[in-house]
Amino acid sequence: MKDDATAPADRSAGLKGLGCSRKRVEDVRFTQGRGNYVDDIKLKGMLSGDFVRSPYAHARVVSVDKDAALAVPGVLAVLTAQDLEPLGLHWMPTLAGDRQMVLADGKVLFQGQEVAFVVATDRYAAADGVAAVEVEYEELPVVTDPFRALDPDAPVLREDLEGKTEGAHGARRHHNHIFTWEAGDREATEAVLGEAEVVAEEMIHYHRTHPMPLETCGCVASMDKVTGKLTVWGTFQAPHAVRTVASLISGIAEHNIRIVSPDIGGGFGNKVGVYPGYVCSIVASIVTGRPVKWVESRMDNLMSTAFARDYWMKGRIAATKDGKITGLRCHVTADHGGFDACADPTKFPAGFMNICTGSYDIPVAYLEVDGVYTNKAPGGVAYRCSFRVTEAAYFIERMIEVLAIKLGMDAAELRRINFIRADQFPYQSALGWEYDSGDYHRAWDKALEAVGYDALRAEQAQRLEDFRAGKTRKLIGIGLTHFTEIVGAGPVKNCDILGLGMFDSCEIRIHPTGSAIARLGTISQGQGHATTFAQIIASEIGIPADDITLEEGDTDTAPYGLGTYGSRSTPVAGAATAMAARKIRAKAQMIAAYLLEVHDDDVEFDIDRFAVKGAPERFKTMKEIAFAAYNQAIPGIEPGLEAVSYYDPPNMTYPFGAYICVMEIDVDTGDHDIRSFYALDDCGTRINPMIIEGQVHGGATEGYAIAMGQEIAYDAMGNHKTATLMDFFVPTSWETPHYTTDFTVTPSPHHPIGAKGVGESPNVGSVPCFSNAVHDAFRPFGLVHSHMPHDQWRVWKIAHDLGLHG
Amino acid sequence: MDKIPVTFTLNGETVEGLAEPRMLLIHFLRETLGVTGPHIGCETSHCGACTVDMDGRSVKSCTLFAVQASGSEIVTVEGLANPDGTLGVIQEMFREHHGLQCGFCTPGMITRAWRLLQETPNPSEEQVRFGMAGNLCRCTGYQNIVKAVLASAAELNAAKEAAE
Repeated sequence: MKDDATAPADRSAGLKGLGCSRKRVEDVRFTQGRGNYVDDIKLKGMLSGDFVRSPYAHARVVSVDKDAALAVPGVLAVLTAQDLEPLGLHWMPTLAGDRQMVLADGKVLFQGQEVAFVVATDRYAAADGVAAVEVEYEELPVVTDPFRALDPDAPVLREDLEGKTEGAHGARRHHNHIFTWEAGDREATEAVLGEAEVVAEEMIHYHRTHPMPLETCGCVASMDKVTGKLTVWGTFQAPHAVRTVASLISGIAEHNIRIVSPDIGGGFGNKVGVYPGYVCSIVASIVTGRPVKWVESRMDNLMSTAFARDYWMKGRIAATKDGKITGLRCHVTADHGGFDACADPTKFPAGFMNICTGSYDIPVAYLEVDGVYTNKAPGGVAYRCSFRVTEAAYFIERMIEVLAIKLGMDAAELRRINFIRADQFPYQSALGWEYDSGDYHRAWDKALEAVGYDALRAEQAQRLEDFRAGKTRKLIGIGLTHFTEIVGAGPVKNCDILGLGMFDSCEIRIHPTGSAIARLGTISQGQGHATTFAQIIASEIGIPADDITLEEGDTDTAPYGLGTYGSRSTPVAGAATAMAARKIRAKAQMIAAYLLEVHDDDVEFDIDRFAVKGAPERFKTMKEIAFAAYNQAIPGIEPGLEAVSYYDPPNMTYPFGAYICVMEIDVDTGDHDIRSFYALDDCGTRINPMIIEGQVHGGATEGYAIAMGQEIAYDAMGNHKTATLMDFFVPTSWETPHYTTDFTVTPSPHHPIGAKGVGESPNVGSVPCFSNAVHDAFRPFGLVHSHMPHDQWRVWKIAHDLGLHG
Repeated sequence: MDKIPVTFTLNGETVEGLAEPRMLLIHFLRETLGVTGPHIGCETSHCGACTVDMDGRSVKSCTLFAVQASGSEIVTVEGLANPDGTLGVIQEMFREHHGLQCGFCTPGMITRAWRLLQETPNPSEEQVRFGMAGNLCRCTGYQNIVKAVLASAAELNAAKEAAE
């Protein structure tokens, strides 16, 4: 207490609060191999489960013969749909309001679909068992093209839905149609497009890809028959939601289910959904009375759990001759695969695709999305993306480029004249969102200046001249992107998943000696929550971040929350953390006033203490206040110093950014070299700059992969062509470019500390940036649009088709 | 299937166990010996999460049989901390430079970096990027991993000079 000689700046720095590049507390364990991931869990008597998977994309399952498998040494059980049916667990609800087969019920709808679950003493015996199960299939015609799926004579994929003209999201107009979802004003948009001076039109495909966290999905289910309690450790991005869903579908009372997310080796949206492996492991544990572990192989992961994107986006954009955008229309054909298993808030079957007006002041717009079944894996998850924001950003950032070509304008200038101005915030978009804050012109100008935009264009023009003169075979492409995200789902009034409102939570307990523990409803998958959320608390109540333990992921101890995805942890749980801390601070203020024998209003918070107003030498530190909360009988104040906050955000947050990529392309090989990549992010208040920068590097690298080569591809028979890392491109340190990061700060006006979230911005922003660079290189030769991924072959093909190979 | 005795030196200590001939080294380490630092990310030798050091070379333990390790000297990430339990130089530099996020690739990365810096004590950025290319990371974009490895080289070299 007598440390009042310490300068305020030093006291503040000692907290390691907001704005501090605090080193991560997680790393001490991780760098020594002391993480605890789901596959590290080993319980006594634990069994191993593995799936028999369909080799066909569409087939009837005539019979499943288990006998040979059951004779394999070590195999204890083989589960089929018939075994699960009496429990009502042969199908399960998806997060999108559809249902999905847990195990093939009469037919299979995609290659790799789960047909039977083999339970054995170890993973080798389980694999032997899988090989011994004999399944007889009868092949059916396959549909992998979502447009063909809607033909009148297309094969019926979902026989269970035959005759059902109403789906979870309104009318179904075809046997392979899932939903139609609309936003905006169709008539007004058509009118504008009909009368516009200029209309640009393009079909833009954001191809199918996969989040591919380095750790696959998995779980360990353990039913304790003595206590009747089911514990499931698993790679769950939303442990509480999993508990509730598990209770609803299994009939086990929710208090008898404990879900634990241990350390998670990356999620990126792959680990939000509920998968057949979880259900089968739980059933197998109940049946055998022993813990059962199921962990996907990489091939299982790429073939069956959680693809992302696969949106065919037909755009029409209207403008005046001088480039002012007057209207936008988008129609999406959304390929959801065999089951609609995307993880969007209930009222948004196409996620937040209606952020597709982007950073631009577009007076009128209309969006229509048709969801379609095909013979591909289910999913459509938000891969490092707040529910289809990546697709929306790619769409608008490509449409801007297409319009710039039509207008003969510089794409940077076209963006500038159409940005929403700083004085227009809060801004009501034509498709229904209220953007909270932004200063796009400031960010854009800073970015263009940082990269030396005019000089780059001059260099590019010179290179073009040299190319035409036969002096070089390399072109320069300058990729531009200004994206606006919508993250932090979300207000309970319009965001829920399976009826669970998308608030989030934090509980803080201050210990008598002045250290603390905080528990949240979210779960880190590498974002460093244990580091950053402690920083929020440190700044709010003046306890050093190093003295705060942070826990997440155990539903028996953490307050209820909807988990971590869609960049929602900082906007929602981060807000709950600040609010819980403020409750503690409010109580601390009363305690301090009592101890200082003044009125509550006569003390004020000062970094790590409450001091008497006008007499800063009279103060009580938070440490003293904490002790008093536990050892003094203070009239009118309950003992203890704890608080919990459930935070329902009033709005989403709208981070944004300006990215610029300079790429060299070898016209003869289709190879590319990323010369520079500049990323300016505005995520509002910056909690930990080091972690923000790391998020940008990582997200941009995922974006690089998606734009430049990564895809989930099928042949016409529905065979999965990219099911291992041999074929599914994941960049190494060798290919990955170097990034330059930058920022502006435009706080969110409605978030308690002004933070907006950043985890997904770099994926959202970098994909159009890389793609635009490829297109920009070929713009002088007449290229308007070419679908991703821009791998070497496809880039070579662009050059070839443009006649650049002579 | 009959099991075969397997014995090798792990982080300086002799270990032994029984393994089916088909058992992979990564499973023997993780499941038989309980050494869970090395992870499984792909099972096809691409990702490097299972990287361990065997007889002075970085190897992917998902592509070796346990029996092939018999008689060898193996080092895993568990063996790279200082004897007093504090972080080794490379571990410390990964933390210092934010060279990890989810931590799943980290044991393989650090084990590979440890060998790389013995093979090439004073590497260029290009050599680090090439030398670490057998280990995939989905979180960091490698930039800070490269920084951490270069900083480790500088630290280790400085310590060596000071000792001489």
